[in-house]
Amino acid sequence: MATENNVNDLPLPKKNPLSLQIDLSKFEKASEEEKKQQEVMSESTTFFKDGMRKLMKNPLAVGSIIILILIILMMIVTPHIVPYGYAQIITVNGQRDGGAKNLAPFTYSKMEQAYIAQGGKVFPHIMGTDELSRDYFVRVVYGTRVSFMVGVFASLIVLIIGVFYGSISGYAGGKIDMIMMRIVDIIYSLPDLLVIILLAVVFKETLDFSKVPVLQKLGANMISMFLVFGLLYWVGMARLVRGQILTIKENEYVLAARAIGAKPGRIIWRHILPNCISIIIISTALEIPAAIFTESYLSFIGLGVALPMPSLGSLASDARSGLQSYPLKLVFPAIMIVLIVLAFNLLGDGLRDAFDPKLRK
Amino acid sequence: MTKYVVKRVLLAIVTMFLICLITFFAMNAIPGGPFNGEKAKSPAIMKVLNERYNLDKPVIVQFGYYMKNLLHGDFGVSLKTGRDIRQTINESFVVSARIGAWAMLIAIIVGIVLGSIAALMRNKWPDRVIVFFATLATAMPSFVLASLLLLLFCIKLKWIPVWNSTNHNYILPVLSLSLYPMAYITRLTKTSMLDVLGQDYIRTARAKGVAAWKVIFKHGLRNALIPVITYVGPMTASILTGSLVIEKIFTIGGLGSKFVDCITNRDYTMIMGTTIFLATLMVVMNLLSDLVYKLVDPRIKLE
Repeated sequence: MATENNVNDLPLPKKNPLSLQIDLSKFEKASEEEKKQQEVMSESTTFFKDGMRKLMKNPLAVGSIIILILIILMMIVTPHIVPYGYAQIITVNGQRDGGAKNLAPFTYSKMEQAYIAQGGKVFPHIMGTDELSRDYFVRVVYGTRVSFMVGVFASLIVLIIGVFYGSISGYAGGKIDMIMMRIVDIIYSLPDLLVIILLAVVFKETLDFSKVPVLQKLGANMISMFLVFGLLYWVGMARLVRGQILTIKENEYVLAARAIGAKPGRIIWRHILPNCISIIIISTALEIPAAIFTESYLSFIGLGVALPMPSLGSLASDARSGLQSYPLKLVFPAIMIVLIVLAFNLLGDGLRDAFDPKLRK
Repeated sequence: MTKYVVKRVLLAIVTMFLICLITFFAMNAIPGGPFNGEKAKSPAIMKVLNERYNLDKPVIVQFGYYMKNLLHGDFGVSLKTGRDIRQTINESFVVSARIGAWAMLIAIIVGIVLGSIAALMRNKWPDRVIVFFATLATAMPSFVLASLLLLLFCIKLKWIPVWNSTNHNYILPVLSLSLYPMAYITRLTKTSMLDVLGQDYIRTARAKGVAAWKVIFKHGLRNALIPVITYVGPMTASILTGSLVIEKIFTIGGLGSKFVDCITNRDYTMIMGTTIFLATLMVVMNLLSDLVYKLVDPRIKLE
C-alpha cells in the first residue's frame, strides 16, 4: 500500500514480455531549457509575404527583376539625356548631316568632327547611326519601349477579358458553361498567327485614323494587333480561371455567402478571385514575353508599328541589309529582345515556384 | 472513344469553315476590287468581267462559289501574276516541307535525347548545362538566331555557302527552325521523365532486377513520351510560322517567303489561298496529335 503519490515507488506489476510498459524510474526529467529547444515555430506570415520571401531567395528571379528594373530605368531616363529623337536625322549646327550614315559606335562623321574641332559639343553615338543618319541608340531604346508597352498592354487585355469570361463561365456552370467552353475550344483551335496577319492586312486598309493622331502614330498594325490579342489570346487565361473557379466554388464559405444572399458578382469578386490571384499573376507574367515575341515577329515581317517609329523586330529586319559592313546593328536589338524575354520568362518561372499552390511542399 | 473522335473531327471541320469564312470576308472587306487597280476600263468591259467572275453577286453567293471551288481543289488565280494558285503552292511547298520535316525530326530526336540525359543526371553538370541552353533557346526568336547564324557561318567564316537555286544547303535553315521546338521538347521530356521515373512501377521493375537500360527505355521513356505527342500540334504551328521568317532571311524560295511577299504586295487571292492551305495543315496536325495521344495513353482506354 503506498502512502505517497510518487508513482515510482509503487511496486511494478510483472512485466508481460509483449507489453510496451516503460520503467519510469529509468528516465530523467527534462529541464525547462531542453523543453524550449523542442519548439520549432516559425513566425506567422501571410501567403503573400511567404511567397515574396521564396521569390527573393531564387537568384535567377532576383536577377531578372534587377535586369527589368534597369531596362525600365533606361527607357525612362534616356530620352532626357540623349538629345536625339528617334526619327531625327542628325543635324550639325542646324545643317543636315548627310555623311553620318552607318557610323560605328562612338565615332563621328566628318561634319561632326569639324564641328568638334571648332569647339562645339556633340553627344556621342553610343551605338552608332543607321542608314538614314539617325542615332541608333535612341532608336533601340524607343523600340524597346514600344515592345515593352505592347507586351504589357496586350497581357492586360488578355487578363481582363480572360478573367471576366472564365469567371462567368465557371461560376454559372451547366449549359451556359458548356456553350461558352465550346466557343473557347473553337477559338483555341484557330491558328493564331495566320489570323493576326490576315486582320493586320485588312485593318491597314480599312481603318482610318487621320482624326486621332496618337493612334495614327502607333499605326493601324498595332491597333490590329491589340484587337487580335483581345479576340484570340484570352482563351488560355479563361480556361485557367474557369478551372480554378470550379474547384473553389465547392467551398463552404461560398455556400455561406450565397445563403446570406450575396449577389454572384460580389461572391466572385470578393471570395473567389482572391484565391486565383497567384495563377492569374503567373499566367500574365508568362504572357508578356509571348506578346513581345509576337510583336517583334510581326514587325520583322513588316506588319508591325508604322515607320518611323522603331520596333525591335523592324530594327532587326533593317539590320540585315548591312550585315557584312556593320554587324552590330543586328546584335543590339537582338540582345535587347533576348534579355527582356529571358528576364520575363525567368521571373514567371520564379513566381510560379514561389506562389503556385500546387507546387507547395 | 468513338464519341471523342467524332467530336474532335467535327471541331476541326468547324474550325476550317470558320477560317475560310474569316479569310474570305476579310479579303472582301478591303475596298477596291481586283480590277480597279490598273488602267480604267470601259463600263461595258467591267460589266462583262464582273459577270464572268461573279463579282456582281452578293458576297454570300460569292462565298458559296469560293467554297465550292475550294472543295474541288481550285484555289483560284493569283491577282498579281495570273498563275494558278494551287500550282504555285505545290511548287513552293516542296522545299518548305522538306526543311520543316527535317526540323521536326531533329527537334524531336535531339530534344528527347537531351531531355532524358537531363532527367537521368539530375542536378549534375549535364543537367545544368542542358537546362541553361534550353532556357536561353526559348527566349531567342528564330529570326534573331537565323540572322546571327547567317552572319557567322555564311558571311564571316564562309564555311557554308549561301542558299541559291543550285546549291541547297539545308543545315542553317533547319538548325534555326528546329531550335525553339528542340528546347521546348527537352524541357518537356525532362519533367515527364522525372515524373515517370518516380512512379511505383519503375520501382517494381528495378526491384525485380530488370537491367537499368531496359527500365529506362522500355518502361520509362515510352510513358514519358506521351506529353511530347501532344506537343506535335503546336510544334507544327511554330515551325510553319517560323518558316515564314527563316525563308525570308536565307532567301529560300519556299511557301513561307511567297506568303510574306504576297502580304506586302497585297495579292489578295494568293493570301487567301495560302492562308487556307497553311491553316488546313495546322488543323490536321493538331487533330492527328490529339487522336494519337488518346490512342496511346493507356489510362484512357479504360473508359
